[in-house]
Amino acid sequence: MGDWIVVPIVLPAVMAALIVLAVRHDILLQRVFSIAATVGLVAVTLSLVIFANGHDPEMYALGDWPAPFGIVLVLDRLSAMMVFLTSLLGLGVVLFASSEWDQRGKHFHALFQFQLMGVNGAFLTGDVFNLFVFFEVLLIASYGLMLHGAGADRLKAGMQYVVINLTGSSLFLVGVGMIYSVTGTLNMADLAIQVTNVASGDAAILRAGALILLLVFCVKAALVPVHFWLPGTYANAPAPVAALFAIMTKVGAYSVLRLYSLAFGDMAGDMAWLAEPYILPAALITLVVGMTGVLAAKRLNSLIAFSVIGSMGTLLIAIGLFTPEAISAGLYYLLHSTFSAAALFLIADLVVSRRGQFGDSLHTAPRFHQSGFLAVLFFVGAIGMAGMPPLSGFIGKLQILDAARDSDAMIWIWSIILVTSLMCIVGFGRAGSVLFWKSSSVDGEITVEGAKWPVLPIIASCGMLGALVALTIFAGPISDYLQGVSVQLFDTSQYIEAVLGENALALVGQ
Amino acid sequence: MEFLVASSIGLLTTCGTYLLLRGRTFPVVVGLALLSYAVNVFLFAMGRLTINMPPILREGVTEYTDPLPQALVLTAIVISFGMTALIVVLSIRAYLEIGNDHVDGRPVGEPSEAGDKN
Repeated sequence: MGDWIVVPIVLPAVMAALIVLAVRHDILLQRVFSIAATVGLVAVTLSLVIFANGHDPEMYALGDWPAPFGIVLVLDRLSAMMVFLTSLLGLGVVLFASSEWDQRGKHFHALFQFQLMGVNGAFLTGDVFNLFVFFEVLLIASYGLMLHGAGADRLKAGMQYVVINLTGSSLFLVGVGMIYSVTGTLNMADLAIQVTNVASGDAAILRAGALILLLVFCVKAALVPVHFWLPGTYANAPAPVAALFAIMTKVGAYSVLRLYSLAFGDMAGDMAWLAEPYILPAALITLVVGMTGVLAAKRLNSLIAFSVIGSMGTLLIAIGLFTPEAISAGLYYLLHSTFSAAALFLIADLVVSRRGQFGDSLHTAPRFHQSGFLAVLFFVGAIGMAGMPPLSGFIGKLQILDAARDSDAMIWIWSIILVTSLMCIVGFGRAGSVLFWKSSSVDGEITVEGAKWPVLPIIASCGMLGALVALTIFAGPISDYLQGVSVQLFDTSQYIEAVLGENALALVGQ
Repeated sequence: MEFLVASSIGLLTTCGTYLLLRGRTFPVVVGLALLSYAVNVFLFAMGRLTINMPPILREGVTEYTDPLPQALVLTAIVISFGMTALIVVLSIRAYLEIGNDHVDGRPVGEPSEAGDKN
């Protein structure tokens, strides 16, 4: 399987170059290439998941330079799952965009493929500096996508988004520099070993570097107090791009999970579970802030953006507990929240495009076309996001509550998750009744130009909701896989031996 | 030399942070550029400061300077250069489209038109 590990990075990279060089004048060919590449990516990543499930972590050395001197890609159950999630989400997004959105600006498909490349690279890499490079790749592509089809509001939000991420990138480099200066390595597996060998006088530098990196990952994951960029960005981004960005916050969460369980986890001596005291309180506040925003939002898109912040809070509560049960519960919620956020952004676009001049403001307006059908879709998506039965959000939250039972902060976690769930239900309930229900009290009907039943967008939206249904139906087998993920995550020796060879662990603590 | 390098990094970071927090896009762009210079020098120093040393380990050479930070700082320079170009174009575009160069899309002292939309 070795060489296939690099395919989720190479395939979109080649396809993006091909699209921008060879077929940039023909939108139909662009769509065909982009969709075909994404379907291929789904197939490859699915086989990676199946492979990873039955095997120990496997390494791919780029340029065949041996670790820790060269850069390695590592496939384990967690990274396999994340690239599969990315490609499934990507497929939905590219189908949605292929009906009309990709014509509102230039090079949508090329940027989209570069974005997939960056996200997949960030999930697969086993090197901290390479993680920075893939962060930059996905950010550069996301700047282009965020500004796709421009407009004053979007440029304003895009400017702020770019500035905050450039500042984040600078901090990332500072953190990496501090870690390298005392450990002499950037390879994550080697870092896990070198952390145990750092002289006690240098421990403060290492700790500071690691916490600066944690801050950067939390900016990506939109954790309070560094979440301010998210509502403006997501609410003003083009709908398919906002749906794709559902995976971007997960990149931050993944990086926290990867680095702080591997290098600063059980083995790290004084640095063990370095991130633990910070993540949980911040995540609880994030959940409250997000769901308060849901209650207060005056626009549909910012309502959904705040619910994304809330769901990141829930996810990071689970990660912040740093126990195997909580992490497998959190990963289930991660899968769920990615699809539910994407589905809601796509459905919101279908609604907004039919409301004409009323746009996405949550004011009562006359009825619009297909409001009955869209109401059903919105209802299902909102049930998913709020975490009500029967959909997977309920199962995810239940697992997280169950995993928090033994925690010291159990009362806080339980009460905040349960109360904010109610706030989320009220927020979405109010939005739904304003958009769909109260419109019957106003005379007339909004008519807008355009396709009455756009096939691809509806397939894509239903596909995202279908993913939620599938997550619910196959919750058993998926949870089994996720338990395997967290077992592998906590048994860091597997990862280290896969990268550095079997005798590497003998160097610990020398 | 350590003092000189450390204080210049500190000065660049201070000025960069101050400019980054300004309200108009041009100081913000300059602030970002200064921050990226500070980070580049910092990265360069992360392999320890040495003078007149070869950057590679050879036979007979016992003292050498770490080559990896030099490779990393090259990557960082390329990325930050590209980013600066992007944000300059973006801020010009935003200025032309919005009509002023405030980061919140409104001149100082005037209430925001878009303020009540969120």
